[in-house]
Amino acid sequence: MDLDLDAATLDFRGEVRGWLAEHVPRPGLPSMDTAEGFAAHREWEATLARARLSVVTWPREYTGREASLVQWLVFEEEYYAAGAPGRVSQNGIFMLAPTLFAHGTAEQRDRILPAMARGEQVWAQAWSEPEAGSDIAALRSRAERTDGGWLLSGQKTWSSRAAFADRAFGLFRSDPSSSRHHGLTYFMIDLRADGVTVRPIPQLDGEPGFAEIFLDEVFVPDADVIGEPGNGWRVAMTTANNERGLSLRSPGRFLAAADRLVDLWRQRGEPEWAAERVADAWIGARAYQLYTYGTATRLAEGGQLGPESSVNKLYWSHLDLGLHETALDLLGADGELAGPWTDGYLFALAGPIYGGTDQIQRNTIAERLLGLPREAR
Amino acid sequence: MRFTPSPEQRQFAASLHDLLSGADTPGAVRAWAEGRPEPGLKLWRDLADLGVTALRVPEECDGLGAGLTDLVIAFEVLGYHAVPGPLAESVAVAPALLGDGERLRALAAGRLLATVALPPHVPYALDADVAGLVLLVENGAVYRGEPETEPVRSVDAARRLFRVAGTGGALGATDGSAFEAGVLAVAAELLGAGQRLLDEAAAYARQRHQYGRPIGSYQALKHLLADVVTRLELARPLVHGAAVTATARDVSAAKAAAGEAAYLAARAALQVHGAIGYTAEHHLGLWLTRVRALTGAWGGGAYHRARVLAGA
Repeated sequence: MDLDLDAATLDFRGEVRGWLAEHVPRPGLPSMDTAEGFAAHREWEATLARARLSVVTWPREYTGREASLVQWLVFEEEYYAAGAPGRVSQNGIFMLAPTLFAHGTAEQRDRILPAMARGEQVWAQAWSEPEAGSDIAALRSRAERTDGGWLLSGQKTWSSRAAFADRAFGLFRSDPSSSRHHGLTYFMIDLRADGVTVRPIPQLDGEPGFAEIFLDEVFVPDADVIGEPGNGWRVAMTTANNERGLSLRSPGRFLAAADRLVDLWRQRGEPEWAAERVADAWIGARAYQLYTYGTATRLAEGGQLGPESSVNKLYWSHLDLGLHETALDLLGADGELAGPWTDGYLFALAGPIYGGTDQIQRNTIAERLLGLPREAR
Repeated sequence: MRFTPSPEQRQFAASLHDLLSGADTPGAVRAWAEGRPEPGLKLWRDLADLGVTALRVPEECDGLGAGLTDLVIAFEVLGYHAVPGPLAESVAVAPALLGDGERLRALAAGRLLATVALPPHVPYALDADVAGLVLLVENGAVYRGEPETEPVRSVDAARRLFRVAGTGGALGATDGSAFEAGVLAVAAELLGAGQRLLDEAAAYARQRHQYGRPIGSYQALKHLLADVVTRLELARPLVHGAAVTATARDVSAAKAAAGEAAYLAARAALQVHGAIGYTAEHHLGLWLTRVRALTGAWGGGAYHRARVLAGA
């Protein structure tokens, strides 16, 4: 058991650190949930891609470096320590791309991944529907067969990035006689296509970080179906574990925030009342870092992400909240002033909801890791 | 980087687990608490046969010269089975305090049990009536300790604590690494105890019925236990990581997190069991009181969090 980084990884860390020191925009970019900020973040993705740093774990042919998972974790540590911009391409590179690697065709990968890696196409996720939130298998949006493809109709909601994104991915019911997780198909949709209406939804901070997507007989070619029609649930589960398990919020983000929190505590005169909370934030970030190194080791040895990804998601969402709450409390009366800590706090508030709520994760942990009996659903 | 126990370490843990699963450890703990250490000493002899007592003794003194990662893997299993006796003291700490080859050989072979007080964080010598060697560490110097004849009562009746006074001249000096090894061993023991409490609670929740359903089917219990899983799963890498880096900051993070996780497990396990878990007859209490005792022993949460902040 060791935590040693090999020479190649140390070199890579050095390169990333040096590159970020030169290229991270100062001051930071405007919010990616504004038109101006979205464009700036898209350009940042292109800048990252030119240095082959936007998707380091991908194959070289798709702008990656074939970096190991540990190298990716190191990249993330450096990325967040440098205060680099949030990733507007998050949905695509961490949710859709793993699905394409697992279930897509070579044609789909060749067509979609390079444009995604360079920020030329930014993807929104389209999972939830008005009547299908935690219970995603209750979705009603449907796909009807037509010549050379499908006609998609229905409504998706809480679609992150959809206000400004180019394309979206999600599940549609392709077999009208099916129910629950049967008869679903995984589609990629052009958000500029005829029949698509996107209605941005302002979030707590007032900016449209997500949107509703209305679809009225939107034509999607067969080439934009991932996996077999009717097999969408299984295809989507690949992304679910990716989102919860490893990629969505890497430890680097929390390590950097915990270091900033310790700095803030010192600047405020090391108040005794906050010491325990500040220490717990640091310990929590360190725990998540080490836990993830363990996960990376198991995956490198051929393991799979399973229900333990719910442990991961439940943990970091609360780590994030606790960390930001502590910072705001340390700031006292100034804690309400809008700034990086309130931005981070509002962001953290959503953590226990998206990607499967706390309650869904706890059910999964109890039933699948502890073997407690399922409730009637 | 390979941050997971090696196949050899897994095998070692499995052998220990098999040995202890076949022994009546709750019976040995109860006897130990009543001042009848024989069944517990028999366990120690079996553990010595598997190499536990030799782990931290150098190879030139017939030990295994094992690293801290082997130590924490063993201690998680020892904690899981609530093995009685001065485990951290004799297995993790004493080998780092002694320079004397004869005593080290006796420790390795399990012929000698040692205990130690390291005030202020370890003010009492655990099981000084059973130990053949009682040590006291003060200001970095190691002394023979003279225990009082009557123990001080612990909330964990199987932890027989003795006040000690130093006698004679210093036997040697220590740089603090012995204390760190003790803290780490106790953190691992807490982790194991927490895992046992979780497993006991989950097993009971699957089997116990109320209102015509297993109580484990109720979300109130599922969510309580899911939080315990999460705490324990995230405390384990801290314990393993501290064994790899051996920094004071990581060791303290491990102790604070393992203590919290085990304590949460203890509270949840008692709640899941209800009144039966509150009885002296049920073995759950052996782990409940062990966890409470070890949470404060070898530095409590406040001390270790302060060390984390000093090093962060």
